[in-house]
Amino acid sequence: MPDLTNNAPLLDIRDLAVQFNTDSGVVHAVNGLNLSIHRGKSLGLVGETGAGKTTTALALLRLIQSPPGEIKSGSMFFDGTDVLKMTETELRSMRGGRIAMIFQDPMTSLNPIMTIEEQIVEMISLHSGLRGNEVTTRAREMMTLVGIRPERGRDYPHQFSGGMRQRVGIAIALACEPALLIADEPTTALDVTIQAQVVDLIRNLQKVVNTSLLLITHDLGIVAEICDDVAIMYAGRLVEYAPLRPLYKRPMHPYTQGLFNAVPSLDSEPGGRLTVIQGLMPDPTDLPQGCGFSPRCPAAQDICRSVACGMKEYEPGHFVDCYFPNHAWEV
Amino acid sequence: MASNIIKGNSMWKYTLIRLRRNYLAVAGFVVIALLILVAVFAERIAPYGYSDQDYMMIRKSPSAAHWLGTDEFGRDVLSRLIYGSRISLQVGFIAVSISLVIGGAIGAVAGYFGGKTDNILMRIMDVQLAIPTILLAIVISSALGPGLFNLMVAVGITHIPNFARLMRASVLSVKGMEFIEAARAMGATHKRIILMYIMPNSIAPVIVQATLSVANAILFAATLSFLGLGIQPPYPEWGGMLSAARPYLRGNSYLSIFPGLAIMITIVALNCIGDGLRDALDPKQKR
Repeated sequence: MPDLTNNAPLLDIRDLAVQFNTDSGVVHAVNGLNLSIHRGKSLGLVGETGAGKTTTALALLRLIQSPPGEIKSGSMFFDGTDVLKMTETELRSMRGGRIAMIFQDPMTSLNPIMTIEEQIVEMISLHSGLRGNEVTTRAREMMTLVGIRPERGRDYPHQFSGGMRQRVGIAIALACEPALLIADEPTTALDVTIQAQVVDLIRNLQKVVNTSLLLITHDLGIVAEICDDVAIMYAGRLVEYAPLRPLYKRPMHPYTQGLFNAVPSLDSEPGGRLTVIQGLMPDPTDLPQGCGFSPRCPAAQDICRSVACGMKEYEPGHFVDCYFPNHAWEV
Repeated sequence: MASNIIKGNSMWKYTLIRLRRNYLAVAGFVVIALLILVAVFAERIAPYGYSDQDYMMIRKSPSAAHWLGTDEFGRDVLSRLIYGSRISLQVGFIAVSISLVIGGAIGAVAGYFGGKTDNILMRIMDVQLAIPTILLAIVISSALGPGLFNLMVAVGITHIPNFARLMRASVLSVKGMEFIEAARAMGATHKRIILMYIMPNSIAPVIVQATLSVANAILFAATLSFLGLGIQPPYPEWGGMLSAARPYLRGNSYLSIFPGLAIMITIVALNCIGDGLRDALDPKQKR
């Protein structure tokens, strides 16, 4: 994807392919993904389960289990350095220090036998130069920042509610002021009211810490709240990429349109039915030729089934991987 | 690092607090503490020497002079039990510690790294498991020669695979959890992840296994002593006393009952401690 601005992006993923070599065949989880995030900006990576969103994030941290996983090709430039060429030591200082991650399920992503203060301290002592009391002070600061009373630092994760635990996760992730924060479905496991709080928290702290954000989600609502840019992912590649407003105003790829049609809105008629995208994601061991979405696409023509279109800029900054964008869905 | 000390303190402090609430575990600790005291002060406590023979008192039932009776050489059973506690406790604890530490480390590394490392380590363990334990122990102790320390090493080495397998299984179940991935995403080293995240979360079944193994180790040491490879007579040892009493099971059953009771009490106490530790190490049990 070409640069949208002149300055170099913080993160530039090019042509990334990740596959898992399993007994039942090669699973193509990510196929030729291009993605870039600019400093201080936030990108929403949207797609349904199995689209390869989390795999992309883990590949970025080089945390894909190998075997069976394998980064087949591509490059990932983070702040000018290719992550794929880093040594283990460099990777370790990047993980947590420069790129931090918030996990989906706060119930399982905290160590059950360490108090939450210890876990925040752990992150700080791994990456900041702070020592002794400074570390504890910083940990308490972080707790205050995410709205946990510092006295509760001595409690264990199971003594917190899901929302509070996610706050702990956020505190840990932001403790060393990373340049990039990856939030992997940070609200999926939470109640709606708590979701709003966590979304607010992430949005505010992103400004405070001045970090870039890669928000992985399948919730278009949350993306609209936080993100500057949106990337829609399907079957291991991007199908649409645009700044937030143009994309929400005019989704062009049939898949994106399908996603929006599947979300209930206040304008929809009472008793009206939501439109379903027929079929399922293609089997990642046996991806269709051409466009990955063609088997489910109402606009698909013969050409879609033989050669994929590739990203085309239909509006300034609005990229779509489709020959026939704007196809009207029959509702 | 200062943070490590704080960490260690609070975790062990809470464990201790929780352990104190468990009366069975406390009772177990008291019993084991008493046994250790008895072993340390054996000379002062024992009414007779362990090899003092009295040919007028051969295989006599418990009486005022000999509280627990006398054996086939006219030696006081109580005194022999008291002296025997030294050997049995040492063998039990130290042999199990050897297999716990080595087996636990092998299992943790194999389980955590998986793949080739796992395969190589666990196949070595399988090879060892394929050799009958008694045969292996005989080979080791005859190579090292008789003696208390060599006996403990022999017993310890033969029990390594059990701990390695258990630890590996336990590590595998913890390894898949999200907080391990979170720790890796945090940039923690493998060593740190194994020691701070994997081990404390997977050690519980291994600790229980260890307390059970102490009993096995005591009996196993007795078997080796019986073959002349462990403790040399006349020095007493519980397992050895038990096997020496076998011919008199019918006429003088107390000869096997008392050493048996001694072993049983030790083991029950250890099991209570093991159970208590398992609960206490889990912060979710905190009330």
